[in-house]
Amino acid sequence: MFLKKLCEFDCVSGNEKAVRDYIRNEIYQYADEIVIDSIGNLIVKRTGVSSKKTVMLDAHTDEVGFIISGITDKGFLEFKTVGGIDTRVIISKRVRVGKNKIPGVIGIKAIHLLEKSERNEVPKIKSLYIDIGASSKEEAEKYVELGDYAAFDTEYEDLTDDLIKAKAIDDRAGCAILMELIKEKPKYDTYFCFSAQEEVGLRGAKIAVNRIKPDIALAIEATTSSDVAPSEEKDYVIRLGNGAAVSFADGATIASEEFYKKLLSVAEEEGIKAQTKAAITGGNDAGAIHLAQGGIKCATISVPCRYIHSPAGIASKADIDSVKQLAGAFLRRIDEFY
Amino acid sequence: MMLERLTQSFGPSGREKEITQVISEYVTPFSDEVYTDALGNLIAHKKGNGKKIMLAAHMDEIGVAVTYIDEKGFLRFSKIGGLYQRRLLNRRVRFSNGFTGVIDTEENNKDYNIQKMYIDIGATDREQAEKMVSVGDMAVFEGEYKEEYGVIISKALDNRAGCYILIKVLEQIKSENDIYFCFTSQEEVGLRGAKAAAYSVNPEYALAVDVTDTGDTPNCPKMAVNLGGGAAVKVMDRSVITNPDVRIKLIELAKKNNIPYQLEIMTDGGTDAGAIHTSREGVKTGGVSVPTRYIHSPSEMVSKKDLEACIKLIKAFCESNL
Amino acid sequence: MKELIRKLSELRGISGSEYRISDEIINQFKAVSDEVYKDNLGNVIAVKKCKKGNAPRIMIEAHMDEIGLMVRDIDENGFIGFVNIGGVDGRILPGGEVIIHGLRDVKGVIGAKPPHLQTADEAKTALKMSDMVIDTGLTSEQIREIVSVGDTITVKGDFRELLSDNVTGKSLDDRAGIAALIKTFEMISGKELNADIYAVAAVCEEVGGRGAAVAGYSIKPDIAIAIDVTHGVTPDNSKNGFELGSGVAIAKGPNLHPLVVDRLLGIAKEKDIKYTIEVEGGDTGTDAWILQVVDEGIPTALLSIPLRYMHTTVETLNIKDAEAISKLLAEFCLRIDDNMEEWLCF
Repeated sequence: MFLKKLCEFDCVSGNEKAVRDYIRNEIYQYADEIVIDSIGNLIVKRTGVSSKKTVMLDAHTDEVGFIISGITDKGFLEFKTVGGIDTRVIISKRVRVGKNKIPGVIGIKAIHLLEKSERNEVPKIKSLYIDIGASSKEEAEKYVELGDYAAFDTEYEDLTDDLIKAKAIDDRAGCAILMELIKEKPKYDTYFCFSAQEEVGLRGAKIAVNRIKPDIALAIEATTSSDVAPSEEKDYVIRLGNGAAVSFADGATIASEEFYKKLLSVAEEEGIKAQTKAAITGGNDAGAIHLAQGGIKCATISVPCRYIHSPAGIASKADIDSVKQLAGAFLRRIDEFY
Repeated sequence: MMLERLTQSFGPSGREKEITQVISEYVTPFSDEVYTDALGNLIAHKKGNGKKIMLAAHMDEIGVAVTYIDEKGFLRFSKIGGLYQRRLLNRRVRFSNGFTGVIDTEENNKDYNIQKMYIDIGATDREQAEKMVSVGDMAVFEGEYKEEYGVIISKALDNRAGCYILIKVLEQIKSENDIYFCFTSQEEVGLRGAKAAAYSVNPEYALAVDVTDTGDTPNCPKMAVNLGGGAAVKVMDRSVITNPDVRIKLIELAKKNNIPYQLEIMTDGGTDAGAIHTSREGVKTGGVSVPTRYIHSPSEMVSKKDLEACIKLIKAFCESNL
Repeated sequence: MKELIRKLSELRGISGSEYRISDEIINQFKAVSDEVYKDNLGNVIAVKKCKKGNAPRIMIEAHMDEIGLMVRDIDENGFIGFVNIGGVDGRILPGGEVIIHGLRDVKGVIGAKPPHLQTADEAKTALKMSDMVIDTGLTSEQIREIVSVGDTITVKGDFRELLSDNVTGKSLDDRAGIAALIKTFEMISGKELNADIYAVAAVCEEVGGRGAAVAGYSIKPDIAIAIDVTHGVTPDNSKNGFELGSGVAIAKGPNLHPLVVDRLLGIAKEKDIKYTIEVEGGDTGTDAWILQVVDEGIPTALLSIPLRYMHTTVETLNIKDAEAISKLLAEFCLRIDDNMEEWLCF
């Protein structure tokens, strides 16, 4: 299983090298062509039985995190967020900083020291810092330089037989699925694109698609599952354990009706659990892919994930398998999608 | 009547099949080829040996999409495009299969949060509702077409008025230029169709034909565009500052042919021109707009005189030496 | 450099109306370039060719547009209503002097409802741009003969020399960058090159990187380096700024190609060019953000000049910082070698 290993890489947007190298080494044997482009996309071609058509599968390698933007005189690290992170989930969490994975914590003023009025306030991100225990700026500079990235320090663990807890399930789950799917020879030339910098604006996929020029594309993602106690059922969007989430639209893409309905009907025919993602929010690489060139048919299948973009997400192995099955069926029955 | 049929056809962003069908009926007899692309743009090509010109009018309209069906058969929804949430209550919406629903809200929705609103399609329970609609289905405003005293009131004049103008230009035009009449998809969600169409057409010149606000209703934000004041030649909106050569050409043609015109500065919203002018190596792009009151409501209002002026001006542009 | 920055900053061309100033910019480049041309959107592109065929292409880029205003309407008394083009701070406008570029230039003053006619609450809040007007002293009839809706308006803002090589003026963002490009071309003139160098004076940066997108697409460079300004340190901004005179701010983050950045850092250290590091976690808000994802992607870097009071009539920067950029760019261009593809590879 690739997923555990994948989720333990610290690869914030712009710093995907480690996970990219790992993926490349694992799937080298199936590749007919490998390109790493200027933004750090890993584009792996598997030649099909026929080369009449070109198919693109996309999953992104990057995760949300932090970048070090300053070092104070006392040796604390100032940082900026990379990708969309809710400030409230990062307070009092562990991180790893830089190439050498220096351990650090995101501290906050103790509750005892707060004015009463401050207790309900969300601190500004600019007021937070990472503490690596350095006693001075000079000491900190021995370990960290400006522009180093920091990532959540979270272990991958099995919570139950089915549920896992990890960081970066978004979208290492998608990467794991692509790594499995590449093993089977596809009908048409298929590009497995492990895209960089999705979290800062679908940046990798935007250029990869201009190199690949596919006729049809499928993005494999992880998406927010809001089926948690404080939410109302109408706002769940999707449910953990209910299978592959097929989007009819999100904040960046409206899928063609034929395409997303075909995915749902294929799932039904093949006995794969699937659900419709019921909210027009968020956005993923499909948003960049479908607008490229003269327009490209593109849809998204996602792994439901609770607490996405936080130090610890929860996902179901069965759901991940459903996404893999459905994406596999898409490749096998590709002619039905044209 | 053509414009009535165009406005009343169903076509929220991304679900433009019905309106595409209607427009292709009108354009096919006058075009050398008519095709659609992966994004749902409908492109009618009138071949010529002159300059390659792209005319773009978006055919999609704003709407809503069903996100949840509750046990009593009420629907929850998201918006497609820029809806004014404060003006949604008790609006009627229509699904592509003809079912009508009414929008209302839970109590205590002072900030008009769309998550607290619902659509009532009269279903008795979830089971019945699911026979009528599915999650992901879209609906559009109802808004009857009325024409009197030289003024037209309807839903979706944004931008079926633009589609109407393009069709009329296509019917009448005599030009050596190579012209692509692009009825674009998904403008209301971010100029998406035009981006793909501009890439594939790869024109030298382009005009976006869309609606624009007016500055002539009681105490409204100031703007030098009036209903009935003529074709609005776009200077800028938030997506584009139009090409000076194209703009000057339009003004000269209007003056020469006695076509009433006014100059448009639109401070909110963008148009397909935004997506087109930055395509590939850059496209010299302008805009001609229909002055329209109450945009994005079920009762948009345009003047017939303005429509005629837009048709004449765009025709003159396409027939001119660029 | 100082004279060049003065000259360029005094040109008046807001986003979308760069044609008003591009002739002058073309002139400045002509003396130091092999070829200068304008593209479909009006970007000015100057080229310095090396003697080799199939040489790599390096694009160095700054934007020539400035923020400004545009005539929205003219009322019956001749007052001119206006809208902003680009990120104009409405607070700097009341009482300011402007020039309206109609059939001829007309001077005007920005006015609003006088303070003694405002309620106490109104007086405390910043004026909205829609509540301001430009007063030219002319009647409606007179002004309509010269000015029409859509005409552009620029702010007055005379260039002045301050202490310690600091200068102040309007539009130093980003005419100082254009000046740095011209100086770079001067510095590499007559020297042996292994790459074709494209200097781009781009249009429409202030409204969203529109010029850079098409210039990047048509040039298809192997490396692009954007030159812009970044916030300077002031008493009310010490944490998110750079000292004037601290040299070139070299940007790091997902927007920038790490290996191009490393190379720039290496050259700066070796050549003793003063620099600081600027970190951005995503969008740098510059043309670099656009260039990185043009077509199949461009390895991109961003060099910035620290500048105080951005988007005002008193933008202030240090001449030495602009000079540092030219030195660094010239050295970078001269050192492009046959191994470029190799050192650019992840």
